[in-house]
Amino acid sequence: MEELSHPDYAIFTSGLSKKFGSRNAVDGIDLRVPRGSIFGFLGPNGSGKTTTIRMLLGLANISEGQVSLLGHKVPEQIERVLPKIGALVEGPAAYPYLSGRDNLIRFDASDRSADPRSRAARVDAALARVGLTQAQGKKVNAYSLGMKQRLGIANALLQPRELLILDEPTNGLDPQGTREVRNLVRQLASEGITIFISSHLLAEIEQICTHLAIMSQGKIVAQGTVEELSATEIFSLSLVTPDSERAIATLKSLGIEATQDGKIISASIPSKQMRPEELSKLLVEAGVGIQAFTFNAPTLEERFVQLTGEGFQVA
Amino acid sequence: MLKNRITGSLTFSEISILFRRRRTWAMLATISLIPIALATAVDLSSSTIPPGEGPPFLDRVSQNGFFVSFTAMIVAIPLFLPLTMSVVAGDAIAGEASTGTLRYLLIAPVNRGRLLLVKFAGALAFAFAATFTLLISGLIIGAILFPVGSVTLLSGDVISLPAAVFRLLIVAIYVTISLLGLSAIGLFISTLTVIPVGAMAATVVISTIMQILDNLPQVAVIHPYLISHYWLGFADLLRNPMSLGSFGSNVIVQLCYIAIFGTLSYSRFSTKDILS
Repeated sequence: MEELSHPDYAIFTSGLSKKFGSRNAVDGIDLRVPRGSIFGFLGPNGSGKTTTIRMLLGLANISEGQVSLLGHKVPEQIERVLPKIGALVEGPAAYPYLSGRDNLIRFDASDRSADPRSRAARVDAALARVGLTQAQGKKVNAYSLGMKQRLGIANALLQPRELLILDEPTNGLDPQGTREVRNLVRQLASEGITIFISSHLLAEIEQICTHLAIMSQGKIVAQGTVEELSATEIFSLSLVTPDSERAIATLKSLGIEATQDGKIISASIPSKQMRPEELSKLLVEAGVGIQAFTFNAPTLEERFVQLTGEGFQVA
Repeated sequence: MLKNRITGSLTFSEISILFRRRRTWAMLATISLIPIALATAVDLSSSTIPPGEGPPFLDRVSQNGFFVSFTAMIVAIPLFLPLTMSVVAGDAIAGEASTGTLRYLLIAPVNRGRLLLVKFAGALAFAFAATFTLLISGLIIGAILFPVGSVTLLSGDVISLPAAVFRLLIVAIYVTISLLGLSAIGLFISTLTVIPVGAMAATVVISTIMQILDNLPQVAVIHPYLISHYWLGFADLLRNPMSLGSFGSNVIVQLCYIAIFGTLSYSRFSTKDILS
């Protein structure tokens, strides 16, 4: 039995980089995807997500760094580990002149480890799982984008897998289809399959992920469990009071810089410094009348935007 | 079990997909029209063709339908067969890359070297299909329009029709082999691009340049190394005793091209970033 590297992780990379010319499309990332997790890989368009996935799957050469997939070194042992991985990379692709079913047969035939005797049954099961049983005989050039996407997911499910890598799996799907994909992912995860799902839309995957990594300009800017990433150090206070000057003075004596906008006073408060209940008590004791008092943690969405920057410029 | 291994294999899948494409059938249908057009033209022209005019052996066609296939091979080998071969070989990798299916084949996984071999097997299957389509179509139209009987060889000997058809089979194999070097070149070009039409056109251009060079006496020194140099050499197979000299030379030239461009394809493709 050969030694596995990082067997507890479905994906483990250290210093993974991809250079295109002098540009670092992926710049030294350390991905830690625990087995059994639903791992959201987030980042705006052009942040290096798909390039990372291409390197993981052996499609693109690794410029620098190490990769282990399910304990196997990549690229050395890639052909041993790929049969255990189903993937959707940069959208689905199929032979337009073949039916959906014949496409799956073609892809299954390319996997030497796939048993031709069970092929028909496995193709049926994969088609049923994505709801394409009715449309399996139609040529793919008559498929809608959503149907192609489903076919791509069916292709990833042709064999029992240990890891699914899904790059933007809800692209082109209607809200109903998006929900179906989410349910499918949950169901697959409950069977013990690790799911690595990339998206530029946090809202689409936030609800199902257990772990997240956020990528920006080729670097991972945050990574951890969803709880860890939601736990934030800075809260924002917003206070409505008739005694604004006194309130600002009181906050200042506590070491908190506050700004005033009409009757509303706002401040950023490090969570370690002050609990909300303590602060409200101190304000009342100082004679500040409180009409409204809110203490907000930023949403994951706001964190995502904070980390990756806003706007339409892509790197 | 064995049946499963064959019908379940990627090579089988490749060949079956090739022959389920409308494009392949359109090319084969066009190829089958070459002998039909040739025979019909000869049949309709009232005057007898003087020897030495038009393609070689054209004058014999009206005397013996057997020569339709043979003449059609001579007509098709410089342009039409290389053209269709270039379409299939140029599309091999670039076509998969342009539809994006290449990445799904590679992560299935297919070893990259194995994929090249499978694609070459597909090209070989097409070369066979093309030459045999030409042969069979020619035999049928020849038998319909002209008398068919024992065949006078170039050496003057007369052989029976079955023996002549056997020689024609060897001619078809000769022509098939002639196309293999070109398909290796096409396969290599196909690994360089994601635009299949570009790879097809470049392959046609190479086949044309080789034939032009082969006609320039100034570069006679390189003639024996040109891919097309022995393309028309199959007339030797219609002599008695059968002369296999050009057959052997052709095989060697084609094998050299396969070895060179196979190696180039592998070294290029095995390390290429697949970004399509």
